[in-house]
Amino acid sequence: MVKKTKTMNLNFGPQHPAAHGVLRLILELDGEVVEKIDPHIGLLHRGTEKLIEHKTYIQATPYFDRLDYVAPMNQEHAFALAVEKILNIEVPIRAKYIRVLFCEIGRILSHLLNITTQALDVGALTPSLWGFEERETLMTFYERVSGSRLHANYFRPGGVHKDLPIKLNDDIFSFCEQFPKILDQLENLLTDNRIFKQRNVDIGIVTKQEALDHSFSGVMLRGSGVPWDLRKSQPYEVYEDFIFKIPVGINGDCYDRYLCRMEEMRESTKIIKDCIKKMPSGPIKSIDGKISPPKRDDMKNSMEALIHHFKLFSEGYRVPSGEVYTAVEAPKGEFGVYLISDGSNKPYKCKIRAPGFSHLQAMDYLLKGHMLADVPAVLGSLDIVFGEVDR
Amino acid sequence: MLKNLANLERVINSDLSTTVKRSEIKFDQLFIEVDIIDLISAILFLKTNDKCRFKQLIDITAVDFPKNEKRFKIVYLLLSHENNLRIIISSSIDESISVPSITKIFPSANWMEREVFDMYGISFADHPDLRRILTDYGFEGHPLRKDFPLSGHTEVRYNEDKKKVVIEPVKLDQQYRNFDFESPWEGTKYIKDNQKNKSKEK
Repeated sequence: MVKKTKTMNLNFGPQHPAAHGVLRLILELDGEVVEKIDPHIGLLHRGTEKLIEHKTYIQATPYFDRLDYVAPMNQEHAFALAVEKILNIEVPIRAKYIRVLFCEIGRILSHLLNITTQALDVGALTPSLWGFEERETLMTFYERVSGSRLHANYFRPGGVHKDLPIKLNDDIFSFCEQFPKILDQLENLLTDNRIFKQRNVDIGIVTKQEALDHSFSGVMLRGSGVPWDLRKSQPYEVYEDFIFKIPVGINGDCYDRYLCRMEEMRESTKIIKDCIKKMPSGPIKSIDGKISPPKRDDMKNSMEALIHHFKLFSEGYRVPSGEVYTAVEAPKGEFGVYLISDGSNKPYKCKIRAPGFSHLQAMDYLLKGHMLADVPAVLGSLDIVFGEVDR
Repeated sequence: MLKNLANLERVINSDLSTTVKRSEIKFDQLFIEVDIIDLISAILFLKTNDKCRFKQLIDITAVDFPKNEKRFKIVYLLLSHENNLRIIISSSIDESISVPSITKIFPSANWMEREVFDMYGISFADHPDLRRILTDYGFEGHPLRKDFPLSGHTEVRYNEDKKKVVIEPVKLDQQYRNFDFESPWEGTKYIKDNQKNKSKEK
């Protein structure tokens, strides 16, 4: 005789420590087994795309920091590239190197947060304490270059806002010297940890085909064995000049994704060191006065510089009409900006393609048949940040 | 890469000649325009054809052009890993038309179409679960339409007397100011009008 069981509905979040922000899940459970998941998102929706349509291009950049607030500069990068493509301006080579440097710092920032909180979700407290210490150091680099720890507004269309302060390069370099040791310690705690493995190995398996079908990108795609990284396959900025490896997983489970992230941090450290060694000197933003603001002391002497400054921060610049999609390899995956300009000083439309959006969408299919306790583990390895999912 | 893009344009134009209304390469990207009726077949072709292999859907979005006869333009971004190419497919549609859903071809289209529905009010035929996604429960209107005000229509606050959250029409203490910085460098409006009139008289 077949026993009939009743399923139970469970509301998870929107204020749950393991929800990584404001995620509400409606779970349908059969005992402890998940039958269906309906994620309710949008609790952090701020209408970024609508706001950008009402702001000039200069004013729009800070909104990108607030998307994935764990690695702010990577987002700005996508927008800056889109505007530069339509404007058809050349970015000075030093600015490109600075951008690569800070994008890789952003990648480490994001992966550190993700790995340590993923460990926290499955019961390990120590990694987060160790990881956040390093994040804090990295954020002081952000602060020294842009004035703020999180919302940097540092990458501007045409280059970067300011040149690196003295000795910053040396400090970043010495950080990179000792950082691999910290990673070793983290790995000591996690990689062969019995509990960590029990909670992550063979959980949330994604096959190659499924990863493609569900629009996965970044580590979610590479963890399933697809060697695809925009830094290699469609190189932007000066990524061609660097030698680095793309770690690829085999099984596509949560544990492989953890290993990929760990390895990516090591590669990023190498890129940063290489970048500092190779960094040329020169201007850091486009010399076109109609695009990038003048220097402070030029404004004291040059009438033209003063006018440029005034015009840039009131009217902004006009971008010729055009339609463009640019994507960067953000820590979480492919972050894209689809920008339409109508020739005025404000974007006509700016669609933000956030990697987390499609990753979260796959929750239902990833967790079908898993236990309730696996929900936080999978959620952790998806690397969700609600700033970018909800926009 | 550019050469591949030109090749791809040729392949698409020859094999899909009846459906592609317009194709062009701009900013190193291939844009094609199709009729909404042919959308499914075009996307299916791009996904399955050996020379195209656009196996991944990157995003779906729409653009609002209130002045156009066909108000919305719906945009599909596809990526081919094997050929390392991107393509942007667009189609102009009326407000009343419901777009065929591509959830059967790409499962990830589900939320993307829900988002377009939420933001623009474009409905999708055969969509398994067309609900709002980003806006609040019980939200009305479609925020990304150009005629939707930036400040919105309603605001939410906690009412101490009623002891519950209430939704009220937006009250702004200061009127929303839309600064229009038309460049005086190109002459103010009355000077421009004068010049136009003068040139007409001549």
